[in-house]
Amino acid sequence: MSDEYDLIIVGAGPAGLAAAVTASRNALKTLLVDEQADPGGQIYRSIERALPENRSALGPDYFYGQKLLEDFRGSGADYLPETTVWNVDRELNIGLLTNGQAKQIRGKHILLSAGAMERPVPIPGWTLPGVMGAAAADILFKSSDMLPAGPVVLAGSGPLLLLVACRLIDNDVPLAAMVETSSARDYLRAIPYLPGAFRAYNYLLKGLSMRYKVLKARIPVFQGCRDLVVTGDEEADGLRFTCHGADQHVRASTVLLHEGVVPNLQFSRLAGCDHEWFASQRYWRPVIDKWGRTSLEGISVAGDASGIRGAKTAEAAGHLAGLDAACRMKHISDAERDRLAAPYLKAVTRERSIRPFLDHLFPPACQALVPPDDQTIVCRCEELTAGQIREAVALGALDPGQVKGYTRCGMGPCQGRMCGLTLSEIIASSASLPIESVGQLRVRAPLKPLTINQLADLEIFE
Amino acid sequence: MNSSAGYDVIIIGGGIQGCATAYHLARRGIDVLLLEAESCGRHASGANAGGVRCLNRLVEEIPLSLAAQRIWLELEDELGSDCGFRATGQVRIAENQADMSKLEERATLVRSFGFHHEEMIDRAELRKLVPAVAEYCIGALVCRNDGYAKPFLTTRAYLARAGQEGATVLERHPVSRIERERDSWRVTASGRHFHAKTLVNCAGAWGDRIAEMVGDKAPLEVEALALMVTARVAHFIDPVIGMASRKLSFKQMQNGTVVIGGALRAKVIGDRQHAQLDFAPLKESADTVRTVFPQLANLPVVRAWAGLEGVMPDKLPVIGASPTAPDVFHAFGFSAHGFQLAPAVGLAMADLVTSGQSDFDLSAFRIDRFQGGRPQTGEINGH
Amino acid sequence: MLKRLHEDRPAATVTIEFEGEKLKVLAGETVVAAVMAAGAAFVRTSAVSGAHRAPYCQMGVCFECLMEIDGVPNRQACMIPVRDGMVVKRQYGAMELDYE
Repeated sequence: MSDEYDLIIVGAGPAGLAAAVTASRNALKTLLVDEQADPGGQIYRSIERALPENRSALGPDYFYGQKLLEDFRGSGADYLPETTVWNVDRELNIGLLTNGQAKQIRGKHILLSAGAMERPVPIPGWTLPGVMGAAAADILFKSSDMLPAGPVVLAGSGPLLLLVACRLIDNDVPLAAMVETSSARDYLRAIPYLPGAFRAYNYLLKGLSMRYKVLKARIPVFQGCRDLVVTGDEEADGLRFTCHGADQHVRASTVLLHEGVVPNLQFSRLAGCDHEWFASQRYWRPVIDKWGRTSLEGISVAGDASGIRGAKTAEAAGHLAGLDAACRMKHISDAERDRLAAPYLKAVTRERSIRPFLDHLFPPACQALVPPDDQTIVCRCEELTAGQIREAVALGALDPGQVKGYTRCGMGPCQGRMCGLTLSEIIASSASLPIESVGQLRVRAPLKPLTINQLADLEIFE
Repeated sequence: MNSSAGYDVIIIGGGIQGCATAYHLARRGIDVLLLEAESCGRHASGANAGGVRCLNRLVEEIPLSLAAQRIWLELEDELGSDCGFRATGQVRIAENQADMSKLEERATLVRSFGFHHEEMIDRAELRKLVPAVAEYCIGALVCRNDGYAKPFLTTRAYLARAGQEGATVLERHPVSRIERERDSWRVTASGRHFHAKTLVNCAGAWGDRIAEMVGDKAPLEVEALALMVTARVAHFIDPVIGMASRKLSFKQMQNGTVVIGGALRAKVIGDRQHAQLDFAPLKESADTVRTVFPQLANLPVVRAWAGLEGVMPDKLPVIGASPTAPDVFHAFGFSAHGFQLAPAVGLAMADLVTSGQSDFDLSAFRIDRFQGGRPQTGEINGH
Repeated sequence: MLKRLHEDRPAATVTIEFEGEKLKVLAGETVVAAVMAAGAAFVRTSAVSGAHRAPYCQMGVCFECLMEIDGVPNRQACMIPVRDGMVVKRQYGAMELDYE
């Protein structure tokens, strides 16, 4: 299996699927690996086995992905589902775990298209059973045809909040309240970005129709909310918050939190690619050119893993990465690549034009970025609080690695996926340092645990 | 902080050797500036396995090591800070008779120098100390007062105390130039100039570069060594484990995680900038673990990392006065086993700086021992 | 905690064992969804504090869904589809060693 692949793609969402299609079309020997059992990533999750009963609920944006899936299935690219990628390095070695068997192979090019994850929302009580990300509910819906039994309280901000609210309403899940941390002020801030935002009005109309659904269902909606706290002893029993100065408490057995979506950077950081800080949505993203090439030769990133720009942009970016790989392997000339790339570059420009508007409409709430309450757990794996992190900063720990050394923050199995952003924000805030200079936690292989047996039986292909 | 007036001593390098030296000097009322290129404990001092071991040292290091061990037993009280130190003992396990003979030879050698800290034990005693070990193992060499600690915390504890005793510490100040100015030294770091009568070079894997700035040569090589750590598991072992004839070393921390190492080579990237893992040695190490401790087969490794170490050809550090430059002292090149020595090295360096003398015979650690005459070769000491 | 939306849809029934009890679940569900639909409020307890934990992300990022599946501990149950005959257990605290 060594060096056999011209292109190895990590992640079978729209970017990865599109790259596999285009690369195969240009005669690159291509391998697509993904952790899940079915292709589609999160946005098109389980699309190949979507239930007819859920068709209308899932909607046209979801089924738009079907063509891409069909093209992928017909592309001839090799596909390894239920495969965890546990290592990527600058020599283009890639570590895979399939069916308990670990392998390390090398590709001529690697495309990282591992998508995004919900921004963790560290509020007091968020580690109680019954608290999930809002997208988690959507994932349960798509992959297992389930939803919380309810009552549910939905809290936070972002396009997904309304989407999930409608999902719940459509399926008769009692929605006790929508608790929004965004407010009318955010709309005003975003308005300058409206002109030039392709299909912005379309988007706004969709948003309005979802709001209308929520209104019709008589769901209590609170806006401009702060000081969110999940209540409950051994499990969540509700959400406390303040709204326009008044204290509120909504009872619920499931609390769904959402403050936007952030790129999954585990692979690009592990490999050692350069990253830059994206201030309006407060996350890091890899530095890439229009083809998705990173600062490391042979490694590209496409899709939400390079910055949150949605499924259509991801698909176009995937095609561009596939073309770039084909050109670098000399299967097509530069001129051909540029010719074939033109429509995709146009699509990227077009689809991205709405992002400034959305990014300013839904900034992540301050409470989620820098938990004010010292008791709030920041590192779920090691159960470390915001207060303990601040103590470490006071001892002179001015970067995530040092805080990690003092407190163990980031040493658990999730390796900073749930605490990394918060950690950097707290350090920047407590030490009055620009977050760009604070930096991020270093990521180490294996990205997901390998047992002693799996490591001992590792097959290394040079 | 005054960059125009001078300090008594500038220490270059904020690893554990530099921080321990800063602490001891500051305690004696010496005006110390510690210049650290990145952050204190960022490299070997923060990344190592934390073994606190006299066991299996090169003979030349034993006096320093035994002195350090006595300090370790009281170190947390002395520094007023958690270092995570536990005196669980260390064992080197024999899997067969050839191993036992090898260990017995070692025990005899050590005794012949007058040291009694290494003890042979038989199968029954091994099973008492390490009930989890595989049935087929027949004995071990033990040092009962050895143990382990948390390297980053220990380094930072020394750092904090040094600061409390009056030392000035500047992190993110890499030294770019050292020049002689009349009777003192001018050190340039981060575009700023600092002056001191005396310099102490504790620059670890970059120690040779600092040495070169004052005209000393040291044949230092930089290696990257890897470690792995597992998920938490129910308590199953007390002593730190090494093997007589395999590259394996591991310990179970108080929180239940297991740190596994043993001279696992990784790759040095760039100009001594990073270390990159090579999974072939990690695979071998995992295979050794499951052979000697079969019940660990399903234990998940959650993270591996590698750190940069400065290694000398004879695996002995450089400690002592510069033979060429006035008022310059070196303490670097600890060849992947400097952590345990640091409490004694810090003291020794402080003695050297203040009185020109040390209680220890440091002749084996002279920086110029490689010029004229062949260096001795030593074994790699896994820990 | 969770409810199935179409209990009687045409799907293969799969039998798994959870904490000693046999459960009838549907093919295609993830292990953690299946046990939560059966009423499990938590799937493990923290090795640090013993606190009850349940999934947060449902996509393999949060590592809260660690369960013992078919004798192997520390498996991310949100990433694993149910299979007939699977034996699923909660993970209480730090994992135990595998003494044969």
